[in-house]
Amino acid sequence: MTQLLQDKDRIFTNLFGHHDAGLEGAKQRGCWNGTKEILEQGRDWIIDNMKASGLRGRGGAGFPTGLKWSFMPKEVGARPHYLVVNADESEPGTCKDREIMRHDPHLLIEGCLIASFAMQAHACYIYLRGEYVTERLALERAVKEAYEAKLIGDKNIHGWPFHVYIHHGAGAYICGEETALLESLEGKKGQPRMKPPFPANAGLYGCPTTVNNVESIAVAGTILRRGAEWFASFGRERNVGTKIFSISGHVNKPCNVEEAMSIPMRALIETHAGGVRGGWDNLKAVIPGGSSVSLLPKHICDDVLMDFDALQAHKSGLGTAAVIVMDMSTDVVKAIARISYFYRHESCGQCTPCREGTGWMWRVLERMSRGESEISEIDMLLDVAGQVEGHTICALGDAAAWPVQGLIRHFRGEIESRINNYRAGKPVFVSQVAAE
Amino acid sequence: MSEDLRKIIIDGQEIEVPTSYTLLQAAETAGREIPRFCYHERLSVAGNCRMCLVELVGAPKPAASCAMQVKDMRGGPNGEPPAMNTLSPMVKKAREGVMEFLLINHPLDCPICDQGGECDLQDQSIAYGRTGSRFPENKRAVEDKYMGPIVATEMTRCIQCTRCVRFVTEIAGVPEIGMIGRGEDAEITTYLEKSITSELSGNVIDLCPVGALTSKPYAFNARPWELEKTETIDVMDAVGSNIRVDARGPAVLRILPRVHEGVNEEWISDKTRYAWEGLGRQRLDKPYVREAGKLRAIAWPEALKIAAGKLSGDASKIGAIAGDLCSVEEMKAAKDLFDALGVVSYDCRQDGSKLNSGNRQDYLFNTTIAGIEEADAILIIGANPRTEATMINARIRKTWLNNDTQVGLIGAPVDLTYPYEHVGTSAADLAGLKKKRSGFIKTLKDAKRPMIILGSAALAGADGEQVLRAAGELAAAVGAVSADWNGFNVLHTAASRVGGLDLGFVPGTGGHDVAGLQSASMDTIVLMGADELDMASFGKAFVIYIGSHGDAGAHRADLILPGAAWTEQDGIFVNTEGRVQLASRAVFPKGDAKENWAIFRALSEHLGKTLPYDNLAQLRRQLFASHAVFAGIDYAPGSDDAAEFDVAKIGAAGDVADSDFGVAVTNFYFTNPIVRASKTLAECSAIAAGPAQAAAE
Repeated sequence: MTQLLQDKDRIFTNLFGHHDAGLEGAKQRGCWNGTKEILEQGRDWIIDNMKASGLRGRGGAGFPTGLKWSFMPKEVGARPHYLVVNADESEPGTCKDREIMRHDPHLLIEGCLIASFAMQAHACYIYLRGEYVTERLALERAVKEAYEAKLIGDKNIHGWPFHVYIHHGAGAYICGEETALLESLEGKKGQPRMKPPFPANAGLYGCPTTVNNVESIAVAGTILRRGAEWFASFGRERNVGTKIFSISGHVNKPCNVEEAMSIPMRALIETHAGGVRGGWDNLKAVIPGGSSVSLLPKHICDDVLMDFDALQAHKSGLGTAAVIVMDMSTDVVKAIARISYFYRHESCGQCTPCREGTGWMWRVLERMSRGESEISEIDMLLDVAGQVEGHTICALGDAAAWPVQGLIRHFRGEIESRINNYRAGKPVFVSQVAAE
Repeated sequence: MSEDLRKIIIDGQEIEVPTSYTLLQAAETAGREIPRFCYHERLSVAGNCRMCLVELVGAPKPAASCAMQVKDMRGGPNGEPPAMNTLSPMVKKAREGVMEFLLINHPLDCPICDQGGECDLQDQSIAYGRTGSRFPENKRAVEDKYMGPIVATEMTRCIQCTRCVRFVTEIAGVPEIGMIGRGEDAEITTYLEKSITSELSGNVIDLCPVGALTSKPYAFNARPWELEKTETIDVMDAVGSNIRVDARGPAVLRILPRVHEGVNEEWISDKTRYAWEGLGRQRLDKPYVREAGKLRAIAWPEALKIAAGKLSGDASKIGAIAGDLCSVEEMKAAKDLFDALGVVSYDCRQDGSKLNSGNRQDYLFNTTIAGIEEADAILIIGANPRTEATMINARIRKTWLNNDTQVGLIGAPVDLTYPYEHVGTSAADLAGLKKKRSGFIKTLKDAKRPMIILGSAALAGADGEQVLRAAGELAAAVGAVSADWNGFNVLHTAASRVGGLDLGFVPGTGGHDVAGLQSASMDTIVLMGADELDMASFGKAFVIYIGSHGDAGAHRADLILPGAAWTEQDGIFVNTEGRVQLASRAVFPKGDAKENWAIFRALSEHLGKTLPYDNLAQLRRQLFASHAVFAGIDYAPGSDDAAEFDVAKIGAAGDVADSDFGVAVTNFYFTNPIVRASKTLAECSAIAAGPAQAAAE
């Protein structure tokens, strides 16, 4: 039996909002406790400990957070440093940052202070997804409390002049890409920038900037309080720590839950989400990390671990750890077509492969879901997806290609039978639940 | 300054390139061709077309070679130099993929597309594309946008490279084109579908790699391979932009820019671009004589006889004015003839500016146009470079963008496409400036390379010589002239002016200048394409008009001798920098019209003063012998004589008037008889005047 994460080891102790989200409640749960002492240990200590904790970015790419912080220039030159928190949580299936901002906002603000101090930034911008109105109100309330308690501000008790600004986006998925986010923050159209230069060299207004996900920043305070070894004790090597999983789809109890990394997918779903609707054997496929990653058929889901490397070994990814469960009733071709439509809709239109390729893939998939296609088009679609993947300015092209590649990799037979059924005049898709 | 070099490997070939190079530049240095659509040397890097992808050895993804720099390349694990491939299967596949994506929503209307034959997409799809299409879906259609009378749009053809957006934003300085929408629905538009308010807007036609933005007046006129191309120069202003004139048979069908780093880089103004439209309209193709108020067509011998009769009278009662478009040869022939006749009242300063023929650096744009880029402070006096010399304005804007150059203006407040400090409006403000201690005078004094640009409007007043002196004194006071830098500049507005001054086409002793010719009652006036004058002021004089277009001069003329336009004869023009450039004949003169120098040569024979040359080569030989400066083709003197800069020899001492400077160019699109005959430019003019007219009504 898998060892589940114990309550004492949870970072987000108010994930479900059962307790007071305000400053008093947060302090009772340990937030803002000893923050000054952490800062007094110095920048190098903080960054070294973040590196030692093995925390990998929680926004999807999984880049080591401590390493990212260390890329910032050691000395502040003519240009100020900035911390930007990416709270533009728009990945379909993902709803973890939302809960942090609503119920544990002080963990985020404390993390912002620590991270900014470590990178010598005096200002932090939190770029909030356009649709997150209540989250914004909750976060603004918490920021106000922090200012009033002199935890942050010009003359705060921590001795590091520090300001937090909340910027509300307009709801474009692409603004969650770090450089598009910076463009949007600067008041321009949200289109990704070319890299290099990376934001650590030329980010917000051309100044050294680090962009981190909400969860990556929010865990920093607790990691430094409890020690890097504590955090590194969960999960497998290179995939350590605790992580919030958002489980949705055909499960009995969709939920957000903080768990240790490398928990088996089956254990995660069955323990926390009440199991797959109709039992584990009714499982058809799982998208393990938000809509951008390749889906996995049941036989892989049976024993796969939920971490970066294990999922990557199956050509999928942990992404944002948004687990989308699909049972046997799912029209999986139609589902991926719908995801393709999402990427077609959200492509910024800047670079050619994504602008043209996302629409093409969606159109072909729509036809395939109705069986109105040629068998040869399956390979053509795979080829087109390959022409998009890796050829674009940002990762949206990859994100649009991977689900399509996953579908063909694991469900080619289903597409073929659909095409054959259409030609034979048979119904192209019969829900397997209904058929029983 | 030596740059860091780095050894890299391109397709197995080792090469050393500066670290600041992009991979694309490095590949070109190695002799590799990299296809591209969005990349343009003179615009910021967008990196969005993805056509220039190359393989970086060891990297999982191909990289956009236009954006990545050599310094960002990563070497091999054992210290090998970084390597990239431009010919590998990965690169081939990437290019084919991008090309396919560009084509799936591009219409297959090449047979009716004006870009056909000079289309980047066409050419590159042949070189880098696949043969068939795998896209059975419907293609996207995009509504066309209105961009004014110059740019025709077919937005379905657009490949969203954003070159036009970057051009109008960066070079033209009017951010009026942009991309709206996103993904497949992204569209290039002028937002409110208004005409682009830039005099450089035509350049987006050249920049557009496909047929989305084409030339409206040229629409469906010709295919590029049918056109005879003549490399020549432009005479619409004193910049002397390098152009290519494309003609089919007797008709000039379009004008395109040529690259000249020292003059126009690779842009031209809309006026230059659409002057060709005026070449086919309002033309004088036969000699005419006015009888009882009406013009009667006559033959050349009769016309020359009448002219000779009028020119053989009292030489002191004969005058001549050279217009803005005269070539040096024409003025040379005219001057030789008038000198032989004893005529001293001739002038090339149609605008009335008080510049004297003499020291060249006293009336040239000494900094040179390319030199502007080194300036760190610029004071513009009585000029609007945007309308008087569009390419110079673009260069000032470039300098302001790159170097944060400070610009000041004395004169009417105008929109120059970059911010400036408005220092004053009158000559008195100019004279008072050097007494001040703070403000723009301090900026000029603190500058290492200060520039003063004196416009012709400032020199056209009665106090023109005093203004010239005041500007010279200011230049000396702020250290604008040193051994290797001459920041004293006169901005001319006419292509003929500097050539005329170099030649000495100014009144001799006791002669009248332009103003004098208009006030004194003369017997005979010869107008050499001079139309920008008050024709009523010539009173009862017999006016002989030698020119190409039926404009103000021809309306007043008693005798018309039809001449050639600048595209119809070879000619030397000297631009405002003093750069001597050759214009070449692209087509023959219209009807019975003759080359202008030849008209004077023919007249001289009728007058018994036969000029000593029978062809242009002989004329030029004599010209070069008497004025060696014209032999230095494409050379701008710049600061050559800066050491001899002497304020005491510039203009004249005295007080300047307190009145505001005038405006040299009131209507950018209507500055000479050729462009006044252009329909497109008339439309542009009407649109530019639109809001003001509406306000007046």
